[in-house]
Parts: sequence; C-alpha cells; structure tokens
Amino acid sequence: MDIHQFIQLDETSWEIQPIGAMRVPGIIYADAQLLLDMDQKVYEQIINVATLPGIVEAAYAMPDAHWGYGFPIGGVAAFDPDQGGVVSAGCVGFDISCGVRTLNTGLNMAELQPHKQALADALYRTVPAGVGSRGKIHLNHKTMHGMLTGGAQWALEQGFGEEQDLERIEENGCMAGAEPRYVSPRARERQKDEMGTLGSGNHYLEVQRIAEIFDQTVASGFGLRVDDVVISIHCGSRGLGHQIGTEFLKEMVMAAVQHQIVLPDRELACAPLASPLGKHYLGAMRAAINCALANRQIITHLTRQAVATVFPDIHLDLFYDVSHNTCKLEQHRVDGRKKALYVHRKGATRAFGPGHPDLPAVFKEIGQPVLIGGSMGTSSYVLCGTSASEQNSFSSACHGAGRAMSRSKATKQWQGKAVVGQLAAKGIVIRSPSMRGVAEEAPLAYKDVSVVVDIADRAGLARKVARLEPVICIKG
Amino acid sequence: MDSNLIKPHWEHFEHDADIGIRGIAPTLEQAFEQAAVAMTAVVTDPLMVSDSKAVDIQCEATDNELLLVSWINELVYVMAVKGLLFNRYQIIINNGKLSATAFGEAVNRKKHHPAVEIKGATFTDLHVYQRTDGVWVAQCIVDV
Repeated sequence: MDIHQFIQLDETSWEIQPIGAMRVPGIIYADAQLLLDMDQKVYEQIINVATLPGIVEAAYAMPDAHWGYGFPIGGVAAFDPDQGGVVSAGCVGFDISCGVRTLNTGLNMAELQPHKQALADALYRTVPAGVGSRGKIHLNHKTMHGMLTGGAQWALEQGFGEEQDLERIEENGCMAGAEPRYVSPRARERQKDEMGTLGSGNHYLEVQRIAEIFDQTVASGFGLRVDDVVISIHCGSRGLGHQIGTEFLKEMVMAAVQHQIVLPDRELACAPLASPLGKHYLGAMRAAINCALANRQIITHLTRQAVATVFPDIHLDLFYDVSHNTCKLEQHRVDGRKKALYVHRKGATRAFGPGHPDLPAVFKEIGQPVLIGGSMGTSSYVLCGTSASEQNSFSSACHGAGRAMSRSKATKQWQGKAVVGQLAAKGIVIRSPSMRGVAEEAPLAYKDVSVVVDIADRAGLARKVARLEPVICIKG
Repeated sequence: MDSNLIKPHWEHFEHDADIGIRGIAPTLEQAFEQAAVAMTAVVTDPLMVSDSKAVDIQCEATDNELLLVSWINELVYVMAVKGLLFNRYQIIINNGKLSATAFGEAVNRKKHHPAVEIKGATFTDLHVYQRTDGVWVAQCIVDV
C-alpha cells in the first residue's frame, strides 16, 4: 500500500490520523517494506474498525496484518463499556480461540533422529486430523455443558492431562463467564463428535527442533535449549466456534439498525456490550474459548499417548498455550487511568509483560511466552511479552505469517506429493490425509514469518527468544 | 445476448487467506446452485462426488445477499454434522424463502481426498446481482 497515507511515528509504527467517522487513529506496526507489501484493504479495514462505538486509543494492526473479514487478521481493538462500547463477532472471527500450544519433550534431536518416522506414524495414527475426522469422545448434554463451562479443567477431570498443565494455559485453562445456554443446538451438534480433532486448513501438530536462541536469559527461564525437541499444536474451537461465529454474525448484522450502529462493513457486525445480544455473544464466545482449550488439552493427552509408544520413558510438560482469536475483559491504562476494556484480538496474541498480575507465578518475572506458529516447512518462534506492549498495543503481538498466495494459486503451482518430497529432502516428515491440502499449505504460499517477528521485536510488541524448525508435521 | 444462452457455471476467485465462490447463471436459483457447487469444489472435485443421498434444506432472509450466506451456511452445517459432500442442488426461491434439495454422498477420504473443511460463508465480497445482460451472479468468500 501507499506509505504516504500514514504519518510515520518511529521506525516501526505508522499512524492513520482520524478522518471521516473515525473515532480514534489507526496504527500499523511494520517497517517501510512490510507496509508497502501490505494489502490496501488492511488500511481500509483499520479505518472501518476505528469508527466503531466506544473504541479507545487506536485500532491496531500487527506486523503480520492481512486482509481479513471486516477486521484485518492481525488486528487489535479495545472497547470501553462506559462509552457505549461494542463486542463484535466479526472482530473475533469464525475460529474462536484458535491458538498454539507447545509441549517440551525433554528429548534432543540426536535422540529423536532414529525414531522420526516411527513417531510421525504414531502421531498420525493417534491424533485425528483432516476433513471428516471424528474423535473417540462423544459428548452428551451433560458432558457438553461441562466442557463449555470448564474448558481444559473439564478435560482434566475427564482424565485428559495433568494438574500442572493448567497454570500454563491462559485463564488457568477455564474461561470464566461462559454461558452455555447461548450456545445453539446446532453449534453443539457440530461439536459433539469433534473433541480432540485437529481440523484442517492451516491447523497442524508439529514436532520441532529449537534451532536458534536469541535471548539466552529468557530462554533459560523458559527451559528452552538449542537442539531440544518440542511439539506444537495449532487448532481451535472446531465446528462449535465456527457455528457460533456464523450465527452471531448474522444476528448482529440484522440488529445493527435497532442498536443504531452504522456498520461500515457488514463483517464488522457488533452489538453494544450492554445489550442482551452483546451479552449473549460474550457468553457463547467464552464457551467457545473453553471448547478450544478443552480441545487442545485432549489433543495434548493423545500426543502424550502417541509419544509414549515410541519413547516410553519421557514426559511431555506443557510449556504454554496461547489463543489468538478472542475478546477478553482486561485492565489497561487509558489516559493515565486503569480501565476495564474488552480487547478484541483477531489473529493476534496476548503478550503480557513481566509482572502482569494475570500471569502465573512461573512466568511472573519473565513475562508471558508468545507462541508464533509458522507453516509446514517454515520456522515458528517463541517470543516473550514486554512491558512496553501495554502502551503499544494493549499487550498484544503478532500470531503468524499469513498467506502470501491464495489457495487456488498454490494448487496450480505445486503438487502435494512433490511438496512432501521436497520437505523430506530437508529432513521434514509430513503426514496428511490430503495431498491437495498439503499443496494449498505449501511453505512458499506463506509469507516469511522471520520478517514479521523481527518487526514485532523492534516495535517492542514482544521480544524474540527462540526459533523453531519443523521436523515432523501432521497436517489436517 | 439472451441471458438464457448462458450455461450455468461456477468459478473461484482470489482472496489472501481464503477462497471466493461464484455462481453465474440465467436465473437467481441456478446462480445459487452453482455457487454451492463452487463451495464443494473448495473441498474436493465435484465430479468425484456421486448423488446417492438427498437432503432437504430450507432457509430465509430479508435480502438476496443474506439469503446466499444463509444458504451456504446451511450446507456447511449439514455437510459437517452428516459428514456429506454434495455435487448438485435443486432450488426454489420465493419471496426470500429458499427451499432446496442437495444431492451427494458421505465423505470418503480415500475417494474424495478432501482438502479443507469450510468454517462458514462470510459477508466479504458478498454480492448477488443481475448483470445488464440479465445473467445472475451470486458470490461470497468462504472461510476455510
């Protein structure tokens, strides 16, 4: 896009001054090149978000921002309930609480190497992935209610996981304020056989090698060493979240006139936080967050089972679990005063800095781990929340790379089998039920996440700690 | 050109993260049917899908664009909970009410190699309109 549309605040921040109906400025974190390469639609979408009622400070775009639905993916916006603020189904997105969870294996690469194929097979057999896959868990009305209110804590009670997992999950594994009564029968129906499944698209389970450490002190505090092996899981709230997103998006579009909200884009469908519809959505969306947390908890259990068949003597410790499509009530400082705000992050990760009261004891001094997922064949990163990001972006950072190429272009350019072969030559083992899916997710179809992470670091959104390289990828 | 000379067809169009579906046909109903075939084509090759099962679908909305989103979302829901793929549709639209039969079969991962599941239809690039030559176009982006 044209960088002359912006006022450059510093090396990595660019402001769109309020024009027209904008209530606050827009701020994009990028360097000049990244900004030039961004879609003009990001500019338009940030302007639209800045017009929504009750938005405070600014509408933000993270360095990985790209054209989303109404709200850019990589967007952050906070709303004040005391100023007529809104909650937006569009600003959370369809895959509510999609996120990344990373497990430490205690293995190093030399120990993994001889068992790579066996581990890939065991994981592929054990963790259901891809279209039409079903889990072994079937929820009835009672267990569905427990899952929607209890999240990972519920999963633990069902025997999936360990007590010490919980403190390493945002919200201690259970999102408060979930109201299952606002989760429709259809959303439940879509989920009842999908617990413990990865899904498809860009969702994956990856065995990774820690390839590089940037901050030795923080890495030691996180327990990360070069050549260690970790396992990362990227997935969300599955059919339940998608259905809740679909239903509330439509309802909020239809109710906008009644709420006297002018929607600059129907995809920004929202309702006042104080309205019944706004409250119902919050209750349902929080239940979907619990669904995602429970889902990743069950997949963790399955992963532990699969790994135990190959490495019976090791234990997988949960390192951390972050969500990147959420709306959460958080305390932030606005004009020098603490305010309770509803922070929407879509394709953006919460990144609390050292000392934040909501952090568990284990990360209180260091800051929150920020897990940035790559794509099959490209690097992932571990970052650490900073104190500066509180002022910069309501304590938020990027979440991944974003696509550089559409799915249809990718399938025209590559064949799944060839992609698997090329990755095998680099020592990366792929298991997937769909070769077309592999082609659509080819590494070169994604932007270089390294550039995005560098900017996040330089902009003070989060600090670079470690780079991870894929070794095995189970692709949905 | 007479709009009736246009053969109903579908196509995909580009979106950064996801994919656009578009039906083009002489009638609104056929454009909706073709948009739905385009949706199946996001998942698998529609020619690989047989039509041994039929499912009735109803939905309604206050305008044609909302109706397209509702129609695609109904299909996404039925596909997800019944584990089906569809290759052909018969639709009647009357005063904002859509009544349809979708024909297809159960997903078979070996036969269909489904690439991706669809989360939902979006309001992005959502347009339902009649071109000046009378041809109907129905399109939106689906989130995958």
